[in-house]
Amino acid sequence: MLYKKILEKLGIEMLSLLEELGHVTGLFFQTISNILKGKIKPRLILVQMVKIGIDSIPIAITSAFFIGMVFAVQIGTEFLKFGAAKFIGGVMGIAIARELAPALTGIVVASRIAAAMTAEIGTMKVTEQIDALQAMGSNPVRYLVGPRFIACTCMLPLLTVLADLFCFLGGYLVVVYLIKVNSMDYLNSAQQLLTTMDIYGGILKSLIFGMLISIVACYKGLKTQGGAKGVGEATTSSVVTALLVLFIFNYFLSVLLFK
Amino acid sequence: MIKIEKITKKYGKLMVLEEANLEIIESQSLAIIGPSGCGKSTLLRLILKLENLTSGKIIVENNDISLLGEEELISFRKKIGMVFQYSALFDSMSVFENVAFALREHTQLTEREIQQIVNKKLDMVGLLDKGNIMPAELSGGMQKRVGIARALAFDPKIILYDEPTTGLDPITSTHIENLINDLAKKLKVTSIIVTHQLSTIFRTSDRIAMLHNGKFIEAGTVSEAKNSKNIIIKEFINAGIEKT
Repeated sequence: MLYKKILEKLGIEMLSLLEELGHVTGLFFQTISNILKGKIKPRLILVQMVKIGIDSIPIAITSAFFIGMVFAVQIGTEFLKFGAAKFIGGVMGIAIARELAPALTGIVVASRIAAAMTAEIGTMKVTEQIDALQAMGSNPVRYLVGPRFIACTCMLPLLTVLADLFCFLGGYLVVVYLIKVNSMDYLNSAQQLLTTMDIYGGILKSLIFGMLISIVACYKGLKTQGGAKGVGEATTSSVVTALLVLFIFNYFLSVLLFK
Repeated sequence: MIKIEKITKKYGKLMVLEEANLEIIESQSLAIIGPSGCGKSTLLRLILKLENLTSGKIIVENNDISLLGEEELISFRKKIGMVFQYSALFDSMSVFENVAFALREHTQLTEREIQQIVNKKLDMVGLLDKGNIMPAELSGGMQKRVGIARALAFDPKIILYDEPTTGLDPITSTHIENLINDLAKKLKVTSIIVTHQLSTIFRTSDRIAMLHNGKFIEAGTVSEAKNSKNIIIKEFINAGIEKT
């Protein structure tokens, strides 16, 4: 009997998960369709680009710089023990370009922007502002989702390039000035081991992360219900879901791109 | 002008409207009355196609709205102004920007032309000097008036009012009711007013339709409603008038 109840509960949860996945996919295709029809206003995209991209630069580069330093401390000291100092730059470069910079930037943007997007759209939903938008002949996907989707998809790769540079710079400072490895060894190693595919692969990953984060955040905002409490719950759920989706996709994209 | 034919609206197992019928005459003001939660606001949302019908038809100016495509729906909605219960003003925009929103989104008018239209609408609701203020800085009554000015942006033929005076003090309510009457008289618009405020019902409407258990149980003039033999209408209209 208990066994049957557990199976029933699992079935219900699975169905609701699949239903939600269907709605997110639907929103994704609606957004793409509106973009392809040229229905998104450039002015709205620019506003979101500033919010998502420009305003995220300080936190993205600071995090990347310190993560690069920490990573260099760990890698550098261990590699020195094995007399592999000449490989530090290359290994750092590959790890940063393929994984650290895209994932870290994704996490920073998911935490900062997904919460803001969901809270903003969710508040508009519970205060009937989205209904008002529709009542005046505007389409919420065109007006709210499209600009955020384009801005997030464009700005995340740019932030990732910045994170690449600052992460590598942080690592360079630690390896050269703290661990005392020759700076030319560090740079030459990076030049020899790092390929353009590593860099482009990382940027492609961040582009996909941008799509995922924005579509999850907008979806959670649009389905918000129940006043201030509902907005709070939707915001938390948005960040958690965006991060989970990001980690899961990161694994599969890494296997697909770099294996 | 608007024909509601056997419409049903269900939310899951909850039946809100069940085969309801109603006809709304052009240039008249119709008050839709009924207890809280009886589906009055849902009806307005259905007329604007903010929600889909479970079954039935809503015909506005000879067009079945369920058949409207995405682009046709946008044009259709421009003909109808909606005043929301809690005003639903865009809180990130000033009063002026709220009224100008639809004009900027859907027309090729110059900024100068938009300014002239917006100022005219704000003047109609007595808020010409409040254009630069943010909605949060306005009183509830003023927010309602901005909501009305915004609904007027495209000179609609039909205005839907969702609880326009609920939560307002009697004096502010009277101002809003006068405004609704002025607009009906000057602009010859068809008004549908969803309310359970007796003063609003009697001061603004030409006809009254009572919604009960998902159906319109009676629709007629104000005097017909006052003299109705229907016990439910009698109870509703007499509620709160006399001390028991």
